[in-house]
Amino acid sequence: MAWFRKPKTRLQAADRRDLPGDVWEKCPACGDILYREKLKENWNVCPTCAHHMRLPANGYVALLMDEGTFRERDRDLRSADPLKFVDLKAYKDRLAAAERKSAHGEAVITGEGKLDEIPVSIGVMDFAFIGGSMGSVVGEKLARAGLRALEKEQPLIIVSASGGARMMEGIFSLMQMAKTSAVLAQMDEAGLPYISILTDPTTGGVTASYAMLGDANLAEPGTLIGFAGPRVIEQTIKQELPEGFQRAEFLLEHGMLDRIVDRRSMKREVSRLLRHMLALPAPEDFALNVAPDAP
Amino acid sequence: MATVAHLDFERAIAEVEDQIGHLRTLARERGLDVTSELRSLERKLHDLKTDTFRNLSPIERVQVARHPRRPYTLDYLQLMFSDFIELAGDRQFRDDASVVGGWARLEGEPVMVIGQQKGRDMKENLLRNFGMPHPEGYRKALRLMKLAEKFRRPLVTLIDTPGAYPGIGAEERGQAEAIARNLREMAGLKVPSVAVVIGEGGSGGALAIGVADRVLMLENSVYSVISPEGCAAILWKSGSEREKAAVAMRVTAGDLKELNVIDEVIPEPTGGAHSDWEVTAHSLKDALLRHLGELREMPVDALRAARWKKYMAMGEWRTVQAR
Ligand SMILES: [Zn+2]
Repeated sequence: MAWFRKPKTRLQAADRRDLPGDVWEKCPACGDILYREKLKENWNVCPTCAHHMRLPANGYVALLMDEGTFRERDRDLRSADPLKFVDLKAYKDRLAAAERKSAHGEAVITGEGKLDEIPVSIGVMDFAFIGGSMGSVVGEKLARAGLRALEKEQPLIIVSASGGARMMEGIFSLMQMAKTSAVLAQMDEAGLPYISILTDPTTGGVTASYAMLGDANLAEPGTLIGFAGPRVIEQTIKQELPEGFQRAEFLLEHGMLDRIVDRRSMKREVSRLLRHMLALPAPEDFALNVAPDAP
Repeated sequence: MATVAHLDFERAIAEVEDQIGHLRTLARERGLDVTSELRSLERKLHDLKTDTFRNLSPIERVQVARHPRRPYTLDYLQLMFSDFIELAGDRQFRDDASVVGGWARLEGEPVMVIGQQKGRDMKENLLRNFGMPHPEGYRKALRLMKLAEKFRRPLVTLIDTPGAYPGIGAEERGQAEAIARNLREMAGLKVPSVAVVIGEGGSGGALAIGVADRVLMLENSVYSVISPEGCAAILWKSGSEREKAAVAMRVTAGDLKELNVIDEVIPEPTGGAHSDWEVTAHSLKDALLRHLGELREMPVDALRAARWKKYMAMGEWRTVQAR
């Protein structure tokens, strides 16, 4: 479960004192001090070294959707806590806390909009919501996004970011893998495009269902992608993992991805792919979108 | 049955079984008549088994599901089917012995049977990888499913795995992709399918051969998104809280039936499947014949539409006033 990992590089207390967090940010890869506004305009990609920092879910909506075209759907779905699950904490309290911190009520935003003028159905996962874990609501919202795509004969795009299953929903969370894959079976049958975009991190049940099933699997550079989390593997094989293991570049090399795409050209790549699949004219060059304010 | 193992809560049962054994030996060696003593001990044994197994806690069921004497896939292939001819290999990398499959006959009717296979001893477990498949195991399974589809034969899968193997080679060769593809392909398969959890249903590694028209579980089998130990380690920060995790996650066959995730619980003999393989296999065979009989009547399109509907309905959520 990758959402329990701590980020590799953390600002030291001393650094933090020098850096008013609301104005400056330090790139964890190259160490450059970046003006936060500039970073945001660059979709949270370091302008110096192109390191991809996490982008919140609505950032991806803004990145991919033509301005003003996105309509969110099913924002009123919430977990029913079907097992009345309590560990050291009650699941319903975890949910409430996650909802308070988040701009959305669950770990995925879904809706409809246009991508470079192509009408699409889209889902974007939010790692900030209980580690982007997949429970009944994530599965249902994505299934509905798929059904809308089927009904309107539109492509489906899913941007994944997930630590895996929502354990607190037990078997229901496992069954979401089957549910989302069943929608994709129907997309296949209908001959409709499905583009999977994998962002850091995508592991567990999400990888082992829709994230790996794209007609094109695209990943951002450096993205952690795997079935088992790195710690689980280390514990099983009792040795350290090689450098770069389970990173997007490793998966590309091993044939699991079609392309590694810089976030700043993601929209263009998806547009080009969809236009091939739908036999539409190639895209005209377009300027990059302007990033919105983060939530 | 190579080892005579028993679980903690089976100790009392094992003791009475020992007593019965001793008595029989004594009677044989000395020519004594012990009929009445035997009868009373056997009644005691029966009562003890009934009592113990009726009141198993979830974590005890997990232990029974993992019992080293529990029948495995190849045992059921011998007990329930005839004319089994094993097919090997994924045609891409290698043969994964933790998944077995091939043609077999159920009451004379050819079906494709695929299951995970655990080993009985250390040597066999090295071969079977403790029933934890690599991607090539899932790819072999998919190849056989497609073969069943080609020849319009029903598919039976037997689930018994702690989970898909978490290792370097497994990740390199696309464990996630192999599982994902099976989920999608099974959802759209053009032949009837019945999946049965016969022991451990370990997460995605189990589901990868478990998307079917009917999903059944043996009474003492378990099915969960993560092992109770794994869940306890993460959420309780202590693997020893597995008992709580097993309760909270609702892992037993009875739980899953109650949650409407599976279609039927197949009863096991008193004392668990490991106490009487034949009786267990007989119940399982009855259930398989019944479900396959029903599914055979359905046209392919209706079958697939029903399967999609079944899986699209999985999960529970609520609707709130949008903010
Ligand atoms: Zn940088």
